[in-house]
Amino acid sequence: MAETHVQTVPVKQINEPISSPWRDAWRILRKNKMAILGFCIILFFVLLAILAPFITPYEYDKGELVDKNLPPSAEHWFGTDYNGRDVFTRVIYGAQISLRVGLFAVIGSIVAGTFLGLLAGYYGKWIDTLISRLFDIMLAFPSILLAIAIVAILGPSLENALLAIAIVNVPTYGRLVRSRVLSLKEEEYVMAARAIGSKHSHIIVQHILPNSLAPIIVTGTLGIATAIIEAAALGFLGLGAQAPQPEWGLMLSDSRQYIQKAPWTVIFPGLSIMLTVLGFNLIGDGLRDALDPRMKN
Amino acid sequence: MALLAYTIRRLLMLIPVLLGMSLIVFAIIHAIPGDPALTILGEKASPQALADLREQLGLNNPWYMQYFHYLGNLLKGDLGVSLHSKAPITVEMGPYLAATIELTLVSMLFAVFIGVNAGIISAWKQNSWFDYTCMLIALIGVSMPVFWLGLMEQWVFAQELKWLPSIGRDNPRDPVAEITHFYIIDSILAGRWDHFRDVVEHLILPGIALGTIPMAIIARITRSSMLEVMRSDYIRTARAKGLGQFFVVYKHALKNALIPVLTIVGVQVGLLIGGAVLTETIFGWPGVGRYIYTAIGNRDYPVIQSGILVIATIFVLINLVVDLLYAYVDPRIKYR
Repeated sequence: MAETHVQTVPVKQINEPISSPWRDAWRILRKNKMAILGFCIILFFVLLAILAPFITPYEYDKGELVDKNLPPSAEHWFGTDYNGRDVFTRVIYGAQISLRVGLFAVIGSIVAGTFLGLLAGYYGKWIDTLISRLFDIMLAFPSILLAIAIVAILGPSLENALLAIAIVNVPTYGRLVRSRVLSLKEEEYVMAARAIGSKHSHIIVQHILPNSLAPIIVTGTLGIATAIIEAAALGFLGLGAQAPQPEWGLMLSDSRQYIQKAPWTVIFPGLSIMLTVLGFNLIGDGLRDALDPRMKN
Repeated sequence: MALLAYTIRRLLMLIPVLLGMSLIVFAIIHAIPGDPALTILGEKASPQALADLREQLGLNNPWYMQYFHYLGNLLKGDLGVSLHSKAPITVEMGPYLAATIELTLVSMLFAVFIGVNAGIISAWKQNSWFDYTCMLIALIGVSMPVFWLGLMEQWVFAQELKWLPSIGRDNPRDPVAEITHFYIIDSILAGRWDHFRDVVEHLILPGIALGTIPMAIIARITRSSMLEVMRSDYIRTARAKGLGQFFVVYKHALKNALIPVLTIVGVQVGLLIGGAVLTETIFGWPGVGRYIYTAIGNRDYPVIQSGILVIATIFVLINLVVDLLYAYVDPRIKYR
């Protein structure tokens, strides 16, 4: 009798996955109000950036000099600058630049950093020494100074600023991946994979990379925030985007002499930098809590 | 003994890093694509001027000879000659360096004092309005670009309210007599309290601008570190003994909670020195950052090189000191 009862338990229910690390993370993240706020801020800026030509009737590089330094109004939401250009238009086109620079700089750093970190951690020996020393030396410079040095070599432009920011941040990801590789190498399943004769490439792609993903995502999200500030700083110093590009940092240095007459030309670009950076910081903090509670400090 | 051995090992490890740094800085001129002399002087330069500059910078020799020459000069304390002012950079840099160190120290004091105390009180009164306000300010502070904060401060407190000066280190019509180039010390040495007041007033706005990000980070770290320590057994024991709340927080808990804070302070000093380039540009502060910024405008590459090298060297030395302090303060750390 008892056996027939056991058979009536639906088998499907047992087989259903109860949880996976990613699903767990998503559950924790969904409940994190600050992270959701961060997502909303970034989504808002992404939409502004993509829809810029449809939102504003003005062009970012053309203005009427008679309209210069007008205060915010129904026609010019954020007022106009010293060239009579609409500040709101420039801010939302600026979002395109900053988001693009932040994203691509971080992707560049992650790709190069992962490659070097894998090389150093997996193969060890002199390659590890060489790469680790290089990272030490690069990290010995305050990052903005190293970026300035690279732009001084390559010449000032938005593309070179992006490249400089990407290079400067490579050691962050390189060290992260290297330390993940070193600890994963000692894991039993990696040793087992080796023992059954798996190829190096197989071990790296199947075991090492997926298990390094969570900290890379967390650091990368926070890294976008840093990259956006660094790009704006280089723009501010005249080493990044060049006029008439509507880059937020460049807008600040362009308008700073009119700050008393037209404070809106300085307030809004700066506020946009702060909000996007805040957004990425909030998402990054939330992801860290959700994906890797050990990184919390 | 172990600490001494650790110190020596750390000092030896510094050598390859410093050599590597000098190589990167050396590359700033030599990695310029094409003719560096042409880049520095521009298209309109005469062939004679270009040849002279190449000679002066030693560009005609093979690169490794140039590098050893550069390194030899560095070891002698010779940073080269400014292309713009024709003055030796080592001499020119002194006052700028003092100005940067003064500003950085003031910002750091501000950041540590406010940050640590805000973090402690936030942890102590967890989930109170004070905690929420502090953490909100810290969150915004972390995301604040230093150059924008500086501009806003200048606008509100200097230009609109006229409470504080916005530019420079002292009153240009009544300058401080330079002895050590640290104006706070100089004004005290001269016994000029009016100057002292003036110098302090000039330090407030740039000091706060530069100190805000580290302050926010220190506050967050202190809070989370304190919260962790406050949950530990020995704190419960201290409470059970009937010790006062203030004593438990500031004497027992703080000691252990400060260890992670110390590491962060070390990292922050580096960021601070980097941020000084931007802050000095905004506040017309005659420091190394502004020196570099002006040199970029003048394409004065030897000055750019030297400025970056000097700041990076200071950064490395500070990190060394913090690491040693860390090992000294916390005996549980293994010296590796």
